[in-house]
Amino acid sequence: MLMIKAVARAMDYIPSSSDKSARNLARRLGWFSVALGALQLAAPHRFARALDFRGGEPVIAAFGVREIATGVGLLAARDPAPFVWGRVAGDALDLVALANGFFDSRRRGVVLLALGSVAAVTAVDLICAQTLSADNKRRDDTPPDYADRTGLPKAVDQMRGVAAMNGQMPRGMRAVPWNAHAGEART
Amino acid sequence: MKALCWEGVSDIRYQTVPDPKIEHGRDAIVKVSSTAICGSDLHLFNGFIPGMEAGDVIGHEFMGEVMEVGKDNKKLKVGDRVVVPFTICCGECEQCLSSNFSVCERSNRNKGLAEKVFGHSPAGLFGYTHLTGGYPGGQAEYVRVPYADVAPIKVPSSLTDDQVLFLSDIFPTGWQAAVQCDIQPTDTVAVWGAGPVGQFCIRSAVLLGAKKIVAIDRLDDRLSMAKAGGADEIINFEKEDVFERLKDLTDGNGPEKCIDAVGLEAHATASFDSVIDRAKQALMLESDRPHVLRQMIMACRPAGVLSVPGVYGGFIDHMPMGAFMNKALTMRTGQTHVSRWSDDLLRRIEEGQIDPSFVITHKVSLEEGPEMYKTFREKSHGCVKVVMQPGGVN
Repeated sequence: MLMIKAVARAMDYIPSSSDKSARNLARRLGWFSVALGALQLAAPHRFARALDFRGGEPVIAAFGVREIATGVGLLAARDPAPFVWGRVAGDALDLVALANGFFDSRRRGVVLLALGSVAAVTAVDLICAQTLSADNKRRDDTPPDYADRTGLPKAVDQMRGVAAMNGQMPRGMRAVPWNAHAGEART
Repeated sequence: MKALCWEGVSDIRYQTVPDPKIEHGRDAIVKVSSTAICGSDLHLFNGFIPGMEAGDVIGHEFMGEVMEVGKDNKKLKVGDRVVVPFTICCGECEQCLSSNFSVCERSNRNKGLAEKVFGHSPAGLFGYTHLTGGYPGGQAEYVRVPYADVAPIKVPSSLTDDQVLFLSDIFPTGWQAAVQCDIQPTDTVAVWGAGPVGQFCIRSAVLLGAKKIVAIDRLDDRLSMAKAGGADEIINFEKEDVFERLKDLTDGNGPEKCIDAVGLEAHATASFDSVIDRAKQALMLESDRPHVLRQMIMACRPAGVLSVPGVYGGFIDHMPMGAFMNKALTMRTGQTHVSRWSDDLLRRIEEGQIDPSFVITHKVSLEEGPEMYKTFREKSHGCVKVVMQPGGVN
């Protein structure tokens, strides 16, 4: 039961976080960048061995520095959008590097897995970057107040129920009310 | 003539296309006076609906003056002012005779294509995918209206274009979404999405007598419009937990009726499942983002009704079917059977029960359409509903 609940929460069917903005996603991507970059910088040889990219350690370490820089920028910046676009550019570099090493590698399955993972992360980065840019554009506007756009001629409470169906529902659109006819379904 | 054409993803152009002609005795040619951009047009703009071809004339919310009538059309005459429903229907097949106009069995001229994707074919639609007939749409100076002796609604000169234009789609769509909830005076109705259809769902739920209405969105301008039209409570899903808040508002029960006025493009970054859906869309592993459907199933009171006017186009993953089945929920969906509601809703506008023009925030010439697609997509400048007029704004 706990596992089902955990999965449901993870999938956000029952959301637990109250901050759902793209800025929050950007912050999470920032932490991801820092963590990945630190791993790449600390143990480039492990990545090189796993992918069979012999002699690729310096490039992997350099990519780690790039990841950390982007991540720190993302976490520190007032406007994260440019840094998320920076991540998108970095993803493109990763994809080129992986594709470049694919044919020389004896562990092509691992390289393919890495390519798929980077492609998925690229998609998330791209979504986040696009949303942040759109949000920024909208933030430049003064949001209008549509409090006078009622569309109704009188106060809402006076209009409530003026078109009530009173049981005269079209065919196939009826539901069973909870309390109106307890124990008796409408026909 | 000039028209807005779909030329590819994020590429709508104002360009010259051939004038429409009468092709069948029941046709009519309508000179468009007003036309609007629908939220479902954005699905085309964003490339999420399959079956589009470069050069397709788009738009399915339009009205105007009848310029020419086919020889067999006994309903219309030249000079009539009409609103044209977006669903094309023959009026003679078994579905039309049962008032299920949006699944007319004859009006989709690409029936075979639709059957491959949907199993059976729905009705033809104006200005939409070739899966639904690929009929040239209403964001144009002129439109050929097939079966024009069935659906077009004659409107009196006492009502303005702004008051009646939305009889073509979003008003009956919001109305049908609320009606098929079978709203009781004890019901709480939760409406996901405070865009144009959501706004009409809210006002329809008021007129149909819901006890409490909850609007869910993230944009303050849209939520303010929702509150003005009868939403008793609003939830900004970027700031609040929708599920918990709905429980709080309903003594822990959940809303009896839930309406999805969002459809296949749920906000892409607001929840983990939407981010995953969006990534899968980009990788062509899933066609739609069904976050709202998932959340409605979880939030709805057991034995409640889910009403889905929001457009879905293809295939979705990770639906909580266990919750849907075990909670004994009912889901009602469908493109709108516009003609089922036309007379009733026109009467309500004439009697002053509702003035649909409240939703218009932008009015421009047809030529400005391509730019307005971007504004509408970004929801910038307080954009909720765009109306366009060929030849310039009156």
